[in-house]
Amino acid sequence: MRALITAVYLFLYAPIALVVLFSFNAGRNASEFTGFSVEWYGKALANPFLITALQNSLIIALVSATLAAVFGTMAALGLERLGSRARAVFDGLLAAAIVVPGVVIGIATLVALVAVFGAINPAIAAIWPGERPPQLGLGYGSIIAAHGLFTMALVTMIVKARIATLGRDIVEASADLYATPLTTFRDIVLPQILPSVLAGFLLAFTFSFDDFIVAFFVAGSKTTLPIYVFASIRRGVTPEVNAIATMVLVASLLLILIARLLMREKTRKSPAGE
Amino acid sequence: MTSAPTNDIEFRSVTKRYGAVTAVSDINLSVPKGAFVALLGPSGCGKTTCLRMIGGFEQPSEGEVLIAGKVANGVPAYRRPVNMVFQHYALFPHFDVERNVAYGLRQLRPRLPAAEIARRVGEALEMVRLTGFARRRIHEMSGGQQQRVALARALVNKPSVLLLDEPLAALDKKLRTAMQIELQTLQRDLGITFVLVTHDQEEALSMSDLVCVMSAGRIRQLATPQEVYDRPADLFVADFVGKTNRFAGTLETGGTVRLGNGAALPAARADLAPGAVTVALRPEAIRLSRGTAGATTLEGTVTHRIFLGSAAEYSVAVDGLGDLLVTAERHSQSQNDLVAPGERVAISFDPGQTHIFPA
Repeated sequence: MRALITAVYLFLYAPIALVVLFSFNAGRNASEFTGFSVEWYGKALANPFLITALQNSLIIALVSATLAAVFGTMAALGLERLGSRARAVFDGLLAAAIVVPGVVIGIATLVALVAVFGAINPAIAAIWPGERPPQLGLGYGSIIAAHGLFTMALVTMIVKARIATLGRDIVEASADLYATPLTTFRDIVLPQILPSVLAGFLLAFTFSFDDFIVAFFVAGSKTTLPIYVFASIRRGVTPEVNAIATMVLVASLLLILIARLLMREKTRKSPAGE
Repeated sequence: MTSAPTNDIEFRSVTKRYGAVTAVSDINLSVPKGAFVALLGPSGCGKTTCLRMIGGFEQPSEGEVLIAGKVANGVPAYRRPVNMVFQHYALFPHFDVERNVAYGLRQLRPRLPAAEIARRVGEALEMVRLTGFARRRIHEMSGGQQQRVALARALVNKPSVLLLDEPLAALDKKLRTAMQIELQTLQRDLGITFVLVTHDQEEALSMSDLVCVMSAGRIRQLATPQEVYDRPADLFVADFVGKTNRFAGTLETGGTVRLGNGAALPAARADLAPGAVTVALRPEAIRLSRGTAGATTLEGTVTHRIFLGSAAEYSVAVDGLGDLLVTAERHSQSQNDLVAPGERVAISFDPGQTHIFPA
């Protein structure tokens, strides 16, 4: 039994460990460790294509995670006021949004966007007074929309769990003490759900930053970091790819760690008295 | 035009429905200025719904709720001159005691000067004996202290009405008794109308000037504590408020009630039609004497005794009638003052102490 467990963990984590190890390889060969070096990190960071892809990924992750955090929180707040039956339906839809495979989301989003663009672009062209009407197309916008939508479900789940522990009575107490709904939200609700909103934001950011599948479908001509890495492997696995992967790994782990800490912090503190 | 209102709270034919469920049904209620009113009833009787309609957390489906003479229907909670002490206190966990108490004052427009807020918060904390606790976090305080913070947070606003939703339910018995006295003193000193919701009849009787007994969304009786206890309006009130013995009987023409064992009680009740009735009798209105006594018609055997210190509670199996609960004060510290289980006793009471209700 123990041997089996060891084997499973080895299978899961050994490749990742190897990637990290070989990112520090002095030689060019990906199967033979010839000495310690950080030169590939330097090479990776000097690669203009890589930097552009990284910038794209960061912009997309930042914007989509921000949208997901804002709208996900709004959805969580709104869902709390629904009747129990409607809420059950939306809870199911949320869970579905999270478990639907990326391929399906990717294809569905692509098909939907192409259909919408196909309908809207001629309409714009018809009413556009100038020579060259703007064309809606795949790019930043489409990746941000796709990422924002499926990570929004994630934020909603996390914030909803936090709201459930809040109880309605502190909201009522605030209203009872003459606070308008806006003040109640700003001074009472928001400070208490903020850690979960931030946690949701960080997870959404990581999801978007790491996502290859959905982005691959809707990216158009834009290259995100995972797409760049995928494309560069076709030219062979170089220690440069390993270095990029290691940097992404460390950054993602860090963000997820912070998110976990934010979520734990609040659940530990909240039950006052009793 | 109407003169200055004498009622702080008024319900005019108020009904509240949730879908098909009627929580409160056609309630009329007036709470005079400066009164301490207890809404008393079992859970689900609509007392909390009534309180929440005063607070503005629920709106009546029909009828009007008036606060200080003005119709409050549709006025949101944050524009009502009432404050509430919530059952679980509902303190803001991310604020310290001072910010909790100052919260209501900070919402006022035009803004109060900071010094004024600080002074009034200090006064409120002093009033609930929490001076020196201003910087404490809520989770660092005991249940009793949190309760007093909640009280200060409401009273600091000098509301015209203070609403209390089962405020003492979460406290242990000793603390509860202390808080009952504190609340009563505060209410008298401040002259603010208090509306208390409770399912604890002892709490309602001991603290309030007026008790409103409710059941199934309706008011069964609205009267002083003494009147509710001594002259319950119906069988429900008699049963719910205090302990009551009840037995079935038949009201005969000529003003006697014939009990199940054939005994007759004089009952001058011209307002009741002859027929089946229920007779209610308080345990403390019954006297026990050892052995058999000629004049009394009720006799029985003591089955249980609960020793209470200053009194004892007996369960007596009355011949032909069933079990009867009797509370007997002790007058001396001798065994002689207590009847032992198994002893035969004669039972006597003043027929005027009985309450007769249509069955």
